[in-house]
Amino acid sequence: MSATALPAPTGKEQTTHPAASFLASSIGRKVVMALTGLVLFGYVVVHMLGNLQIYLGPAALNAYAVKLREMPALLWGVRGLLLVSVVLHVWAAASLTRTNMDARAVGYRRRRNRESSYASRTMRWSGVILLLFIVYHLLHLTFGTVHPSFVDGDVYHNVVSGLQVGVAPLFYVVAMLALGLHMFHGVWSLMQTVGLSHPRYDRLRYAFAAFITAVVVIGNLSFPLAVMTGLLKEPASRKVAIHTAP
Amino acid sequence: MELRANVPDGPIEKKWDKHRFEMKLVNPANKRKHTIIVVGSGLAGASSAASLAELGYNVKCFCYQDSPRRAHSIAAQGGINAAKNYQNDGDSVFRLFYDTVKGGDYRSREANVYRLAQLSVNIIDQCVAQGVPFAREYGGMLANRSFGGAQVSRTFYARGQTGQQLLLGAYQALERQVGLGKVDMHSRHEMLDLVVVDGRARGIVTRDMVTGEVEPHVGDAVVLATGGYGNVFYLATYAKGANATAIWRAYKRGAAFANPCFTQIHPTCIPVTGEHQSKLTLMSESLRNDGRIWVPRKKGDTRPPPQIPDEERDYYLERQYPSFGNLVPRDVASRAAKRVCDEGRGVGPGGYGVYLDFADAIRRLGESVIGEKYGNLFEMYERITAENPYRVPMRIYPATHYTMGGLWVDYNLMSTIPGLHVIGEANFSDHGANRLGASALMQGLADGYFVVPYTLGHYLASTKLEPVGPDHAAFEEAEAAVAARVEKLLGVHGTRSVDSFHRELGKIMWEHCGMARNEGGLKSALGKIPDLREEFWRDVKVLGENEELNQSLEKAGRVADFLELGELVCLDALERRESCGGHFREEFQTPDGEARRDDERFSHVAAWEYAGEGRPPVRHVEPLGFEYVHPTQRSYK
Amino acid sequence: MNLRLHVWRQRNAADSGRFVTYPAADISPDMSFLEMLDVVNEGLIARGEDPIAFDHDCREGICGTCGMMIDGQAHGPRRATTACQLHMRTFHDGDEITIEPWRADSFPVVKDLVVDRTAFDRIVAAGGFITAPTGSAPDGNAIPVPKTSADLAMDAAACIGCGACVAACPNASAMLFTAAKVSHLGLLPQGQPERYARVRRMVSQMDAEGFGTCTNHFECEAACPKSISVRFIARLNRDYLRAVLTGGGEPARVEGGAG
Ligand SMILES: Cc1cc2nc3c(=O)[nH]c(=O)nc-3n(C[C@H](O)[C@H](O)[C@H](O)COP(=O)(O)OP(=O)(O)OC[C@H]3O[C@@H](n4cnc5c(N)ncnc54)[C@H](O)[C@@H]3O)c2cc1C
Ligand code: HEM
Ligand code: HEM
Ligand code: SF4
Ligand code: F3S
Ligand code: FES
Repeated sequence: MSATALPAPTGKEQTTHPAASFLASSIGRKVVMALTGLVLFGYVVVHMLGNLQIYLGPAALNAYAVKLREMPALLWGVRGLLLVSVVLHVWAAASLTRTNMDARAVGYRRRRNRESSYASRTMRWSGVILLLFIVYHLLHLTFGTVHPSFVDGDVYHNVVSGLQVGVAPLFYVVAMLALGLHMFHGVWSLMQTVGLSHPRYDRLRYAFAAFITAVVVIGNLSFPLAVMTGLLKEPASRKVAIHTAP
Repeated sequence: MELRANVPDGPIEKKWDKHRFEMKLVNPANKRKHTIIVVGSGLAGASSAASLAELGYNVKCFCYQDSPRRAHSIAAQGGINAAKNYQNDGDSVFRLFYDTVKGGDYRSREANVYRLAQLSVNIIDQCVAQGVPFAREYGGMLANRSFGGAQVSRTFYARGQTGQQLLLGAYQALERQVGLGKVDMHSRHEMLDLVVVDGRARGIVTRDMVTGEVEPHVGDAVVLATGGYGNVFYLATYAKGANATAIWRAYKRGAAFANPCFTQIHPTCIPVTGEHQSKLTLMSESLRNDGRIWVPRKKGDTRPPPQIPDEERDYYLERQYPSFGNLVPRDVASRAAKRVCDEGRGVGPGGYGVYLDFADAIRRLGESVIGEKYGNLFEMYERITAENPYRVPMRIYPATHYTMGGLWVDYNLMSTIPGLHVIGEANFSDHGANRLGASALMQGLADGYFVVPYTLGHYLASTKLEPVGPDHAAFEEAEAAVAARVEKLLGVHGTRSVDSFHRELGKIMWEHCGMARNEGGLKSALGKIPDLREEFWRDVKVLGENEELNQSLEKAGRVADFLELGELVCLDALERRESCGGHFREEFQTPDGEARRDDERFSHVAAWEYAGEGRPPVRHVEPLGFEYVHPTQRSYK
Repeated sequence: MNLRLHVWRQRNAADSGRFVTYPAADISPDMSFLEMLDVVNEGLIARGEDPIAFDHDCREGICGTCGMMIDGQAHGPRRATTACQLHMRTFHDGDEITIEPWRADSFPVVKDLVVDRTAFDRIVAAGGFITAPTGSAPDGNAIPVPKTSADLAMDAAACIGCGACVAACPNASAMLFTAAKVSHLGLLPQGQPERYARVRRMVSQMDAEGFGTCTNHFECEAACPKSISVRFIARLNRDYLRAVLTGGGEPARVEGGAG
């Protein structure tokens, strides 16, 4: 079996635009995944911290929501970035998944894993759960489409009442566990992908990924759990100032 | 047959320079009109194929493995010599030359060895430039160690993987040329015949090992770099696929076979554990720098080694060779081990082993220093034997490791067939009757990078070659012969497996033509081998077909050749009535058991000419002269 | 000891293949895994059955020729060990062992356990070298190499090209192999001039061969007989990114000017 000769490098072989060939390459698509993942991940952290204000009561939380709305540039900037990120992230994930499935059409009868983690092997599934969650979540708490008693602007009410009934809180819990898996592998995988690795700090990568994942997951889980256990309740009187958006 | 060495005249240190100037050059525009066939992709093959392609020739390169990177050169652990004198310890080209001639027990050609020593320096430069990760000192300079009986530190190394790293350097240079379209690489192709047209080597016939297709390949010159034939002993440190087929076919087409009996036995291999054993594993000789070799003083002492007190141990090398001690050359160390085992003092199962003990070194230097130096070797030993060499001494025993014999070549590395060049271990190399450690890699690379690219050009420039195509009668005849042989092997339908024949041949060879040889034994081997060969062709069982990957068929072809070559090895050993280097004839030894050379009668190369089926081969002689290194009895006392 | 082997048998690339079960009787714990297969093959030959084809050459763990999935693990259960260096004492009497070829579309099966790994050669041919034509080299000590770089380069250079990383990777990715070569050469001063062109060319050939991509499962490192570290994959990513971001390794634009 002879190795087929490659065309001789002529110095002119790069006919496609460098950016296009980067996006087509395996590493390029990985990097897209990592950078968009980083954006999403950053958003999730900030979002969780913002949402913590729910424990300060309806006034604080709603005021925070208002404050955000008073900065439309920021709000829409972030929304745009998120949308682009999700789209690119999902595109990259789908494309890489295809490549990887094609790379081994015939599998093994027996397989034993040694180093890979449950999280790393289930990225596709945790990712899909997250995608479904995001769609649901937007319809639920942003547009209110699937919310039983959505009140535009009363974020506190929307969350607390939205997480009280039926399968919604359960789905939130499941999604947050998926988020935990996705983030744990994602965070340090991302560092590896963009080349952040040094023998001296590699251990820190794990610790960092575990810590940040734990913070986000615990924080996020606390909301549905607090509602379900009655820790968070709607205030007796609903005479809270409702600032409608300008 | 005439053996013309074609050594240029003039003082030895000027010969190569002078010759390089006098050799004819091929016009650059004509180079791409020439196709050169390189068989083998080890250090010699890969380096020559890459260098020839860089010069502009079209190269077709062949190997039997699935990738050229897997040639057996990859297994070399210890290192590569070069007269760089980076350590400022008095090394020089002349000293390396001197050591190599002396180490070879005065059975090599001075001019070739001198050139080898000269080129050694360029090899290191070349390999460093290619990115071979040689060991370095903290200051960033190349590190050296002393190796295999040398008294200067001239061995360059890359952990325990020197051969691998050098080969990867050459392989990468080769692949670069493959990428540039200058080398057409054919892996999983086995050369099964040489094609000679009008007395010149013009091509080869191969078998595609996946499809079974028999293919002719035409060229203007052929380079054989197919390695050594040590697998004639069955148990050896060679790769399982290493074979003599290429050189044996060339021999049968008219290339003289020189000094076949010069085979080297390496003293530090892991002993055989049982019948099932398929190969022997070498432990790097560098272990002898710190390990002490001993056996119990008493016969049949089966106490575990730590329970044998020092005074009841026989550190026999230190006792017999006080100045070199455990670092005596390979042949001396191997024979000494055989002697103590034959006396019944061997250790381990079967009594074929001696201890290599690191206890003193660990006490002196600490376990971590020893671990750093030899950690990977210790690990490898433990993996194979399940014994921890930090705690119990290693057991070692000699095994066949290198073949100094091979196809005869002149100063230009051309065989007796014009146009057929032979390089690396496949030729009767520059090592005489014994090769020093770390000098085979040196020779393979010197031949491939720096000698054959010039001398082959000289051949092409000074030869008028008629155009020849694969439809030439000589090609058709060779193809038919190959096909017929394959068919014959598949048609025997006997009862015995190929391996069983190989094993049996190996036993005969090891017993009668191994570390020590004598007339009676050799004669008995010369009786047994033809019988075995006859039985092989009558009773071998090769299943399957030609048109598929058929590993039994591949093995059968190789074993058939070993069954012929083995006989020539014994014949050569019988005719060489002296002891020298790796060839120890029991009849010719000094009273204290050392080898006794006979320079009067045997200061020559014996080159055998094939005389046809069933006829005894003809022994020719190339006399050796020693102007610069005067033969003395080697003494390592 | 006595074992039962479930071995993948496939006559050639066109054949669809199947598992066949063979007993392996009287196996000595001192045998290597391949010697155990030799024994099974001798038995098959005696019965007139086609012996199991498997690739091997050096049988001492350095040539990278051998390789098979042994019970779902590339080269078997022992870490940092090739199949030829795996000894039967790792197994127990009565064990059932499943033996399969490397599975990856870029490594098509040739026969039984033998696969075609020439894709690796083509990745190297695309750029896995330092251009240093014979005879052009300066003195070996003219380029000092810091010991730490030399040692790290050596760690990467230890790759034997066996393909276990691809076989073990859930994505059949060749990243570890490619990363090892890119790192070996990229860590040395001699490798700098071509550093970025090399990484681009090798990665694009790797992709063209149809290997999967790396999603950091780290199975490759666990399977690698030479324990090549996945850190080299991070290094490869870094070099690739740098090449793309800085335009490193792109062919220089020839400015048409007054000659
Ligand atoms: C275990 C071991 C350790 C060693 N250690 C050292 C050391 O430390 N220092 C040192 O200097 N030397 C050492 N040696 C010796 C040295 O490695 C070899 O002599 C040298 O590498 C041989 O190189 P080569 O290129 O001639 O042949 P090889 O590397 O053996 O290459 C032979 C090539 O020919 C091809 N081939 C063979 N037959 C055919 C055929 N019929 N058709 C097509 N292709 C064919 C093969 O595929 C292969 O590519 C060692 C040897 C062994 C076995
Ligand atoms: C929208 C739905 C999502 C899908 C379908 C999805 C899918 C994937 C997939 C398939 C991968 C590659 C898996 C792997 O490396 O093994 C991945 C990686 C990643 N994802 Fe997601 N994901 C989604 C959402 C998110 C979110 C919300 C975040 C942020 C919290 C995120 C962060 C990451 C990160 C950081 C990586 C690692 C990138 C790398 O390895 O370089 N993903 N995602
Ligand atoms: C239990 C945990 C969570 C709670 C309680 C929560 C709550 C909310 C609320 C109340 C809003 C509407 C804010 C407003 O309209 O001002 C919102 C918006 C949003 N949430 Fe969450 N969220 C949670 C988890 C997540 C997670 C895990 C993600 C991402 C994977 C996410 C992504 C978003 C997005 C994208 C928006 C829309 C932002 C915008 O309007 O621009 N949320 N969330
Ligand atoms: S990286 Fe390891 S597993 Fe992969 S080819 Fe190299 S040696 Fe084999
Ligand atoms: S197992 Fe595969 S996913 Fe990456 S880290 Fe290794 S190549
Ligand atoms: S046969 Fe060479 S590595 Fe296993």
